[in-house]
Amino acid sequence: MQRIGVFVCWCGSNIAGTVDVEAVSNALKNEPGVVFSTNYQYMCSQAGQDLIINAVKEHNLTGIVVCSCSPRMHEATFRKTAQAAGLNPYMVEIANIREQCSWIHKDMALGTEKAIILGKAAVAKVNLNAPLTPGESPVTKRALVIGGGIAGIQTALDIADAGYEVDIVETKPTIGGKMAQLDKTFPTLDCAACILTPKMVDVAQNDKIRIFSYSEVCDIKGFVGNFDVEIKKKARYVKEDICTGCGLCTEKCPQKNVPNEFNLGMDNRRAIYIPFAQAVPKVATIDPNTCNMLKNGKCGVCAKVCTANAIDYTQKDEIIHEKYGAIVAATGFNPISMDKFDEYAYSQSKDVITSLEFERLTNAAGPSQGHLVRPSDGEHPHTIVFVQCVGSRCASCSEKGKEYCSKICCMYTAKHAMLTRDKYPDTEVYVFYIDVRTPGKSFDEFYRRAVEEYGVHYIKGMVGKVSPEGKKLIVQGSDLIADKQLKIEADLVVLAAAIEPDKSARPLATMLTASMDTNDFFTEAHPKLRPVESPTAGVFLSGTCQGPKDIPETVSQASAAAAKVIGLLSKDKLKGNPCIANANELMCNGCSSCEKVCPYGAITYVEKEFRMPDRTTMIRRVASVNEAVCQGCGACTVACPSGAMDLKGFTSEQIIAEVDAICK
Amino acid sequence: MNNDIKNLQKEVILTSGVNPKKCMKCGKCSATCPSYDEMEYHPHQFVYMVENGDLEPLLNSKSIYQCLSCFACIERCPRGVEPAKLIEAVKLQVIRKQGQNHLKADDIPNLLDEDLPQQAIVSAFRKYTK
Amino acid sequence: MQINNENEYKPLIVAFCCNWCSYAGADLAGNNRLAYPENVKIIKVPCSCRVNPMFILRAFQRGADGVILCGCHPGDCHYTSGNYFTRRRMTLLFSMLNFLGIEKERTRVEWVSAAEGAKFAATMNEFTEAVAKLGPNKRLEDLRCKK
Repeated sequence: MQRIGVFVCWCGSNIAGTVDVEAVSNALKNEPGVVFSTNYQYMCSQAGQDLIINAVKEHNLTGIVVCSCSPRMHEATFRKTAQAAGLNPYMVEIANIREQCSWIHKDMALGTEKAIILGKAAVAKVNLNAPLTPGESPVTKRALVIGGGIAGIQTALDIADAGYEVDIVETKPTIGGKMAQLDKTFPTLDCAACILTPKMVDVAQNDKIRIFSYSEVCDIKGFVGNFDVEIKKKARYVKEDICTGCGLCTEKCPQKNVPNEFNLGMDNRRAIYIPFAQAVPKVATIDPNTCNMLKNGKCGVCAKVCTANAIDYTQKDEIIHEKYGAIVAATGFNPISMDKFDEYAYSQSKDVITSLEFERLTNAAGPSQGHLVRPSDGEHPHTIVFVQCVGSRCASCSEKGKEYCSKICCMYTAKHAMLTRDKYPDTEVYVFYIDVRTPGKSFDEFYRRAVEEYGVHYIKGMVGKVSPEGKKLIVQGSDLIADKQLKIEADLVVLAAAIEPDKSARPLATMLTASMDTNDFFTEAHPKLRPVESPTAGVFLSGTCQGPKDIPETVSQASAAAAKVIGLLSKDKLKGNPCIANANELMCNGCSSCEKVCPYGAITYVEKEFRMPDRTTMIRRVASVNEAVCQGCGACTVACPSGAMDLKGFTSEQIIAEVDAICK
Repeated sequence: MNNDIKNLQKEVILTSGVNPKKCMKCGKCSATCPSYDEMEYHPHQFVYMVENGDLEPLLNSKSIYQCLSCFACIERCPRGVEPAKLIEAVKLQVIRKQGQNHLKADDIPNLLDEDLPQQAIVSAFRKYTK
Repeated sequence: MQINNENEYKPLIVAFCCNWCSYAGADLAGNNRLAYPENVKIIKVPCSCRVNPMFILRAFQRGADGVILCGCHPGDCHYTSGNYFTRRRMTLLFSMLNFLGIEKERTRVEWVSAAEGAKFAATMNEFTEAVAKLGPNKRLEDLRCKK
């Protein structure tokens, strides 16, 4: 039997004004288990807390009920008080007689009556309270960053800077991501490679960072502080540690007609290739789908020319198991496919390109060495039409486009238009827009410069149809301000394609038990106050996998995610929430109902040996809750058909006791 | 807006099943319209004017008959507004007011031409009957 | 059921509130001094999905006249998906209770966020009124539970 002390707070006149505190403390004196009951002006003050501590010692109390303000206000305070008095902090219950009683009820008699009932409910609950200790789990002081774009690079560098080891897993043969493909960056027009490649080199040279390029995460188990990750290092048929990246093999390989992914298929690479000159790691990779030697055993030129003997045709995929304390998702984005936008003739004409292809066309390291030419005939285009919102803000066509605004297109289109007019003043540039959205530091000024100084024609309206006619593209669009339908004879049409999360994000989210929105962007733990954490503990978000972002925003989010990771890794032990689910193994019938409803994957089933009354043993399948993963929502307790599952701190017995106390 | 116009607007919206408030004013419907040059009021203006109850000019305009019902605007609209249905609903208001069917179902077999697309027949039926 | 001095009937309402949204919403109602009937008694649960149908049956058995469950808005659950379970479970339970003669006006699931103090108070006022119209609940009441 508990020995409970009841402490009724006046909260000055906040409670005492409409509740007869004396009557409350007197009434609760007679409740089962209560051995001491008193009231005081300010229970949360030092004097009030001392009163509690003294009462605990004097009356040998085992449980405390404080009738005061909301537990959201002072539950933590009184738990500390209980601890100071030598009690388990979870032996405290608060009856909320301020927010839910004295402040809303003006009638003293009725208010007092309700306060007494709330007090009785709290007493009934404490009678069934048990001391709880939060579980502790160790922290593996290493982080995993999934994705090696600018987001992943920045996160890894920041974590490594704090002295923790980081691994980057990147599916492509090199890190760098989308930013490596860009030409210039708005609004300052720095060259993307000039600011990105030094960071890539920093990553390569940092002894705290390991890069798993051409690799993917295939399994994640465990929980915050203790993730077990399986990484598949795909065979690149080149020994990474020996290859010097001299590039001789990539010149001699006879297989010349493989579309170059890095240039979006606008030129060709060989079967053995290094994606671009500044690749990190600068190691060649053999594409097994096109290499003659791997396909039919005839060739072997690269092995012959390689002076370092780095080629190994027998290399196999390698599975690596690693442990991490924290995981950062930085899977990035892709432009959406233009296949379903027939009206823009993307599949009919080579001269209709996406903005990312335009980036490659204007990039000095791109397929045209930076000369802006038509992909079809290599001629210089004189009229260029840019179309914005292709697939963005598309509510009716979810199978075609995306409902959200892709955020970056207005700015990069302004950049493309400006750079084109700057380099080729003889070119007429038209931009069809629905709205120009340029919130950001120096962004609107940039867009206005494109119009005012560089003479880019911005047309409010959309393009309805692009039809190839001879060498020209007839662009039919509306000019809503002039109320005209325009037909522009263009040489090149550039589509600002919407961006979508990378396809690898959804399976990754499943492995991480992290949640996603309907667009496959990762959801944050709180949209405003916890924007870089996933609701799943120990999983953090960096860059466009959480939502469309430009580079500055991506980098700030990457650093924010790193700060959160460092905060986690700096702890030696993680203290959990003790109010977690707990299965009574003797009652569990192994049905898996709880496993299915758990949003965190905290429940697993184990085979356990039980002794039977006749001294034989029996192996039964029972639920086991991972204390570090369970967040204590209680969904499983209701799903459990046998009543084996219960929630510590909110047991069924406790809640029923409260119901009974209220309904008496 | 007086009550007559309000009722008219309600009816147009009801018969067409179109919610003009979904329009984000991008103008893709008018960009794609093949009879743009013939029309006095263009698809995007129809949507805007119905939304604002500015129906009088539409009822008196020839534009309602110049819509080909080709549905290109419906196909291309990124927000699913369906301007052609709205134009047709306005047209229906006028035709209903005038009364009389100008095309009878029995006449159709005589008018059929092998090269005539099915859509044109349906569209004509819509245009000339109440 | 409670009868006060003037013999005026006031229904007893048990409100289960989730810790993260609705309990905070109730606190906000208190902060803003938005009154609702005294006979609404709140029980805190971590998430609306912690509410076992058993608790609701128990409340009716013990003489509650109405039971309301308050949780975070769909999509806003602190535990990502708890309130979806609540929604499904309670639809089923309430229709069964209706079949047993506990009118569906006596049971309700309401989404109240931490910012919706006014909604909390308004919901409680309205719900209490609706239950009051039905009169005391006798259907499930267990006389053995009576003192």
